[in-house]
Amino acid sequence: MELNAKSTDRNLLLELSGELDHHGARDAIAETERAIDAALPRRLMLDFSGVTFMDSSGIALILRAQKRMQNLGGSMVVCHVPQQAKRVLEAAGICRLVAVR
Amino acid sequence: MKRKSSNEFTLEFLSRSANEGFARMAVACFAAQMDPTLNELEDIKTAVSEAVTNAIVHAYPNALGKVTVHGRICEGNVLEITVKDRGRGIPDVNQARQPMFTTGGEERSGMGFTIMESFMDHLVVKSVVGRGTSVQMRKKLSSRLKVQK
Ligand SMILES: Nc1ncnc2c1ncn2[C@@H]1O[C@H](COP(=O)(O)OP(=O)(O)OP(=O)(O)O)[C@@H](O)[C@H]1O
Ligand SMILES: [Mg+2]
Repeated sequence: MELNAKSTDRNLLLELSGELDHHGARDAIAETERAIDAALPRRLMLDFSGVTFMDSSGIALILRAQKRMQNLGGSMVVCHVPQQAKRVLEAAGICRLVAVR
Repeated sequence: MKRKSSNEFTLEFLSRSANEGFARMAVACFAAQMDPTLNELEDIKTAVSEAVTNAIVHAYPNALGKVTVHGRICEGNVLEITVKDRGRGIPDVNQARQPMFTTGGEERSGMGFTIMESFMDHLVVKSVVGRGTSVQMRKKLSSRLKVQK
């Protein structure tokens, strides 16, 4: 699991790549929170285009990032979600709670 | 209800998180002989990942234990996967299967069983506290090759 952060003008772009399972998510969750705390963004974009596999561990990452952004009074969007991860989000009903495009 | 199988495998590994990917890949490689579609393979990998992760995270919370994955190809192009542990067990299986129910805190979302149910055709969970848990899943694969010899 790799995480790449790009911050401009209080917009934070986090590009995730690799397998977002329990094994990969542990560090990714911590890194995501660290990146948010460092950038204090108004808007967070989670780019999932490099995620080759995701299970419920990815849901925890998304929900925790969203909670942190809500606490900062900011917004979050998840984008470029590959098919398999999209179906996991749909099965879990996450698309109703989080902006996915 | 024990169904006849034409092929089967058993895999046993330690409850280390690095084995999550290993178990998914092993099951996917076994299922490949059933000529699944890409979507079906992804569904199977996702469901296996959920069941194996549960054994690793919940069955043996502060210890290492053994996890077994048993796969069978049954009549009618049905794949049956059983994931077993000898961990702490689930006190109330019906409650555990409810969406959002979790004992895992912030790291977990409580959606694992819901995902297994939606990606497979059939899910049976048996558990005894202090003895372990068995999760059996079945999925009928469409079989792209309709031509039979
Ligand atoms: N193999 C197991 N051994 C002991 N308890 C289990 C096992 N599998 C599941 N459980 C219990 O059932 C609950 C629900 O499991 P489920 O997979 O649906 O959600 P979760 O693992 O908590 O979160 P998520 O799968 O979304 O990360 C778990 O929180 C745990 O209490
Ligand atoms: Mg789970």
